[in-house]
Amino acid sequence: MHLLAAAATASNENPSGVFGNDPWWLTLAKCAVVFIFLVLTTLLMIWAERRVIGRMQARPGPNRVGPFGVVQGLADGIKLALKEDLVPAIVDKPLYILAPVVAAIPAFLSFAVIPVGPVVSIGGHRTPLQITDLPVAVLFILAMASVGVYGIVLAGWSSQSPYPLLGALRSAAQVISYEVAMGLALAGVFLYSGSLSTSQIVGQQAKLWYALPLIPSFIIYLIAMVGETNRAPFDLPEAESELVAGFHTEYASLKFAMFFLAEYVNVTTVSALATTLFLGGWRAPWPLSLIGHGQLNQGWWPVLWWSGKVFVLLFCFIWIRGTLPRLRYDQFMRLGWKVLIPFSLVWILVVAAFRELTNEHKTRIESLAYVGIPIVVVVLIWSFVAEARANRLAREVEAEASLPPRDGGYPIPILSGHAGGGRAPVAVAAATDSTEVLDG
Amino acid sequence: MIPILILSIFSGGFAIFSIVAGSLSGPKRFNRAKLESYECGIEPAPQAFRGHRLPVKYYLTAMLFIVFDIEIVFLYPWAVAFNKLGMFGLVEMILFIATVFVVYAYVWRRGGLEWD
Amino acid sequence: MTDTYESTYVEGDPYGGASPEDEGRVFTVGGGDWEDLVESVDPLESERIVVNMGPQHPSTHGVLRLVLELEGESVMQTRVVIGYLHTGIEKNMEFRNWTQAVTFITRCDYLSPLYNEATYCLGVERLLGIEDQIPERVNVLRVLVLELQRISSHLVWLGTGGMELGALTPMLFSFRERERILKIFEMITGLRMNHAYIRPGGVAQDIPPGAVDAIREFIPEMYRRVDEYEDLLSANPIWIARTQGVGYLDTESCMQLGVTGPLLRASGLAWDLRKEMPVMGYDTYDFDVVTETDADCYARYKVRINEMRESLRIVEQALDRLRPGPVMVADKKIAWPAQLALGSDGLGNSLDHIRTIMGTSMEALIHHFKLVTEGFRVPAGQAYVPLEGPRGELGAHVVSDGGTRPYRVHLRDPGFVNLQATPALTEGGMISDVVASVASIDPVMGGVDR
Repeated sequence: MHLLAAAATASNENPSGVFGNDPWWLTLAKCAVVFIFLVLTTLLMIWAERRVIGRMQARPGPNRVGPFGVVQGLADGIKLALKEDLVPAIVDKPLYILAPVVAAIPAFLSFAVIPVGPVVSIGGHRTPLQITDLPVAVLFILAMASVGVYGIVLAGWSSQSPYPLLGALRSAAQVISYEVAMGLALAGVFLYSGSLSTSQIVGQQAKLWYALPLIPSFIIYLIAMVGETNRAPFDLPEAESELVAGFHTEYASLKFAMFFLAEYVNVTTVSALATTLFLGGWRAPWPLSLIGHGQLNQGWWPVLWWSGKVFVLLFCFIWIRGTLPRLRYDQFMRLGWKVLIPFSLVWILVVAAFRELTNEHKTRIESLAYVGIPIVVVVLIWSFVAEARANRLAREVEAEASLPPRDGGYPIPILSGHAGGGRAPVAVAAATDSTEVLDG
Repeated sequence: MIPILILSIFSGGFAIFSIVAGSLSGPKRFNRAKLESYECGIEPAPQAFRGHRLPVKYYLTAMLFIVFDIEIVFLYPWAVAFNKLGMFGLVEMILFIATVFVVYAYVWRRGGLEWD
Repeated sequence: MTDTYESTYVEGDPYGGASPEDEGRVFTVGGGDWEDLVESVDPLESERIVVNMGPQHPSTHGVLRLVLELEGESVMQTRVVIGYLHTGIEKNMEFRNWTQAVTFITRCDYLSPLYNEATYCLGVERLLGIEDQIPERVNVLRVLVLELQRISSHLVWLGTGGMELGALTPMLFSFRERERILKIFEMITGLRMNHAYIRPGGVAQDIPPGAVDAIREFIPEMYRRVDEYEDLLSANPIWIARTQGVGYLDTESCMQLGVTGPLLRASGLAWDLRKEMPVMGYDTYDFDVVTETDADCYARYKVRINEMRESLRIVEQALDRLRPGPVMVADKKIAWPAQLALGSDGLGNSLDHIRTIMGTSMEALIHHFKLVTEGFRVPAGQAYVPLEGPRGELGAHVVSDGGTRPYRVHLRDPGFVNLQATPALTEGGMISDVVASVASIDPVMGGVDR
């Protein structure tokens, strides 16, 4: 960690130059606003998810509670509060009660380092629209995400029941696997920004959002963020059709609501992180950013852009859920370990090589050529090897398929000879007895 | 650090308040069946994991994670300080990642990445 | 099964009281020899987890119970436990007359009630020896509703099967179209499910005006919708990954286990009773038997999707063949009094007819009374007329001792027989594959447990 801190401070002398100067009431207000924003987003997200999926599925969705059913989330919460708080006798009680708290707190904490806007003036104080920043802000978010997993694992473990346990094991394996992929995807951003501080990363995207030069990293991050938050199609820990409700099967009342809250807050957090690291944070999108010499990037406007980007990503979460079936556990792990991780490792080296060549004052074309030509060669060779292998496999499969049906196998009835397209029956002699019975 | 502390007090307070409120606000009617853990409406079966034994595959995943997480721990400071390290840093990192790749290929080959 | 029932019921709240002393009613359901199995797993020395999947589980099609032995995510052993939805339908039928029994057997496999009725009525008609006297219009009407039923049954399979693999949208889409079919059924039979529409000797009533138009309107839309389902799923990489190569069962294994229907056709054998043992004039319709060769869940999905298209073809042809005519055999000893109107409750009554016979003919009144209360007699013997139901060979073995009630009716439900294949489909796979495989069998517990 010393190395890390040293590297971080070396690259940015005073990462929190504008931070730490707020009066106590301003800090308190910011925390309160972020907290309320997250709770409100959760309540709205529950409603929006059901409405949007409803529209996708040709049905109205909840529309009874409040205008357009908008307070449905709140109504659900109140209903949960009025439910009996069941605690099975077999559970490990302290851990069982602790688990929802452990799941909920880190979900909120990550948001402390998300920049919502630039420096503005509140009550005479010039202050950035961000609770705080750290030299290792992104690491802090990753750490909080990992702590959040403890909530899930403890919930499954303390329930002492097979479904929660399987859900928790899946969840633990899933989150740590995708955390590796996510971490590797983020490394590309740090190569460009030279900083782990979120406000500085946003500051450096003034010219170009990192999503463009780092498209592969961005895509890997998007996949990993869905995996990390246990959302469809990667919602294996709570796969309803397999594990009933997964890790929170044994939870009732507001304890269950805490897991729900944590999940949605986490979804919001990873969306905000994607906005911060790849989509220019609070910066106005391209044509708008030109208006009046960046006028739309000052004052309170950025809050609009920031929330717009976050809500678009949240919508994508809902959209994916309405579209895709669920992956199987091993397929999901294979995607993480055998595709995303090696790919992002190679990609980091490519980005690093490109950056190095640019730093040595090669032109972009030259660096592109230096990095690109070897990659193209490797990919070409690989494609030839892969094709040869696929051909060989196909031949083997073909040879296997063309084997004649086994002699002396179980009798198969003779078809009455219509044009059905079925395969020719075998074992003719023994076939009659199976039809005779049917004539009764 | 203090703002994060404040936020954690907010969220922690909220979570603890909810859980306490939830256990107070709901009705309470005792029934033995409610104390059983959920097993699709059937009396719970005796389970191996109550003896704290789990399949080894999950532990393998955890081990692999540690390997890669440590790799990331080395990768981040390198990425942040990349512009100062120059060509030396690049070559070093290529060597480092190649080493990890050898391990990775070995694990893949031995079937450590199969989950079935 | 030994059910242990303990009651410590105390006056007041039936769901429990404030303390262990007045806890209310406690129901515990255990399962005989399955308990021994569960206990045979050493809880301390083994890494295996025993999971009861069902009877109360979101993806076991009602109350199917699977006892799974897991090692990690892998299924080592699967045992199928059934019987949680036993309703004694077959036994009940022995205490009703031949016509009334239809209202029971229709409730077995609740996704294909008309098939249950049809196979039973065909059996009774064979015993009565009136198969040749069945009017042509009856046969066409029966084929028409049966093929619509096949589509609606496959739609439920598509919806629930899709949802069990996590695809939410196909569920809502397919239930939307099923709703249209149920509306059509409501027009024709008066009920959405459990119609008791097909009766020994004919059908309960003729189709009402407007029904033909409604079906004609529905057919082209349904063709479009089937394409839409395919757009959603057929090329979806996750759907393919979840279904291809999962739940493999080849032709030979199908034959060994008695598996029929889409599972058998997905393994390559074009075995379809509509072609092999045609009744109701099925041999005169132009349609293809859909087959696939991969014998996995994806092949079964393709078979069912394409069967919906073939069924639509048959419905089209049936509509063209509808000619005016009687919808009940002419034999007054069997047919219920004519011009029965269908009341709003779905039951047949014709006040006009009753008023006429009450006022004019004592013999007619006595005949009506005898036929409705006692029913007709069926010559002693037994018959089995299988049909190709949506899930496979569906047949009612009807036994008569010459009386006015069935001596015994046994339903060969394809869901029951096909469920035998569950261990063969699932063992060695993962938990998620269990869900996919069971969904591909498409069991309906009402039919399995009867």
